[in-house]
Amino acid sequence: MAIDHFMLLALAGGLLAAWLAAPLGVFVVWQRQAYFGETLAHSALLGIGLGLMLQLNLTLAIVITSFLIVFGLHSLRRNAQLASDTLLGILAHGALATGLVVLSLQGNIQLDILGYLFGDILSIHPSDLIWMLVIGLLLIGFFSRHWHDLLNLTLNSELAQVEGVDVKRLQLQMALLLALVIAVAMKIVGVLLITSLLILPAASARRLARTPEQMLGYSFILATISVLIGLTLSYYADLPSGPAIVVSALGLFLLLLFKKQT
Amino acid sequence: MNETLLINAENISHQFANKPVLQDINLQLHRNQITTLIGPNGAGKSTLIKILLKILTPTQGRVAHHHNLMIGFMPQKIHIDPTLPLTAKRFLQLGLNNVQKRNAQKPGNYHSTGLEGMAEELGIRALLNQPIQGLSGGEMQKVLLARALIRNPDLLVLDEPVQGIDLQSQSQIYQLIHSQQQKRQCAVLMISHDLHLVMKHTDQVICLNQHICCSGTVQSLRDHPSFIAQFGQTLPEHALYQHQHTHCQHGDAHGD
Ligand SMILES: Nc1ncnc2c1ncn2[C@@H]1O[C@H](COP(=O)(O)OP(=O)(O)OP(=O)(O)O)[C@@H](O)[C@H]1O
Ligand SMILES: [Mg+2]
Repeated sequence: MAIDHFMLLALAGGLLAAWLAAPLGVFVVWQRQAYFGETLAHSALLGIGLGLMLQLNLTLAIVITSFLIVFGLHSLRRNAQLASDTLLGILAHGALATGLVVLSLQGNIQLDILGYLFGDILSIHPSDLIWMLVIGLLLIGFFSRHWHDLLNLTLNSELAQVEGVDVKRLQLQMALLLALVIAVAMKIVGVLLITSLLILPAASARRLARTPEQMLGYSFILATISVLIGLTLSYYADLPSGPAIVVSALGLFLLLLFKKQT
Repeated sequence: MNETLLINAENISHQFANKPVLQDINLQLHRNQITTLIGPNGAGKSTLIKILLKILTPTQGRVAHHHNLMIGFMPQKIHIDPTLPLTAKRFLQLGLNNVQKRNAQKPGNYHSTGLEGMAEELGIRALLNQPIQGLSGGEMQKVLLARALIRNPDLLVLDEPVQGIDLQSQSQIYQLIHSQQQKRQCAVLMISHDLHLVMKHTDQVICLNQHICCSGTVQSLRDHPSFIAQFGQTLPEHALYQHQHTHCQHGDAHGD
């Protein structure tokens, strides 16, 4: 009975995380932001370290840290005269390493580090599900309200701005939502694998879709299938759940490579 | 701002990382007027347009827009990632996204019939169902122009509208811009390198090379002694560049 209860929580958590990631994932792919997502994910570990050290709410600590990283990136872009991917690489791994160091300083927490890096779906608590539901409502509100503006922003931010889109505000809100989703979804797949939850379903969906909306729809479907297969594998073959979900998503992606692009 | 003044720019100067690009520009755009911006590569034309459109904030000076100004903009170039599945038609429809909201009281012009009609006029109807990333450079220019026009703007801003377009379509496109301007009584601001084609319909010409070298109606410039000396009567294209070159040497001296 107890196992079924855990499994149900894990399933709900996994599905919710994948659904939260899907709409952000398509924009991450369209806007070539994969490395940016990676940076946010890695800075989440630093957030956890700082949150534990200062005894803050961890989700809050993650979001605050992500934001400091975003602003840091912004000012570095202006002043450092380095290419964006170099800066992102520095920040991503700088944050990851600093996070690991800060976590090690906490003493008895060594065992959990693996959970943070690769996810620990059995650690999901009902309160996590409530967080995810709240963020899900936020995402539904945000994307249904701004869908077309976001597409225009993706096409060309200058054109969008002239046509009346509040570009800066939307970009900031999107980064904030991405940080929030990473903060809650990292329990499932961990900071090292979370980017794949964002981009794999979207990349696979590209093979099937003819419109942006179809791509979003297929992303939801493929993410759902990945979670179901991954958790089943994890349950029956006793595999770590986060990697199992990502491997399933990868399998779908490879399978769809055989299909001709529409 | 009075009713015909759409954009008023005062004392605009701009630098990119200490490199001066624009100096002390004053510029007004009025309803029902075609303004052509000319100048050599790197003169700051695109930068000036971005400042006028409030995409860029100038290091100095102010830009004021007429209340509720509807702008149709055609950027110099645009790259669309191939991961975004989008037809040319959808691209055009997305350009109408905020139009209905803004002009709720005067609908009718903005429906896809307007879109199809415009596509017909620009000769891009057959492209509508193709993926936008597959279009050739010139085809993309026409789609961008269509997107700017179907918004039924008060002001049309075109950054080199005919670059990459075959010679035959070029004069056709200028004609279309002119006829649309007449029909809608809108203002047009465009950057162009081939003045002899646009000259006929241009109300105001502005020669830019970091600062405004000279500006005025075609007629006033034509009567200008140095202009006649440079251009003669026929305005051959190469003479135009000659003009900018000599004229702007004194401009650079001013700037230093
Ligand atoms: N984002 C930027 N950062 C730094 N310098 C820039 C930037 N954009 C433009 N410049 C510089 O400003 C100057 C003016 O550029 P701009 O694009 O306005 O020229 P232009 O008149 O439109 O030229 P063209 O005819 O080639 O389109 C150029 O020297 C360019 O290198
Ligand atoms: Mg230019």
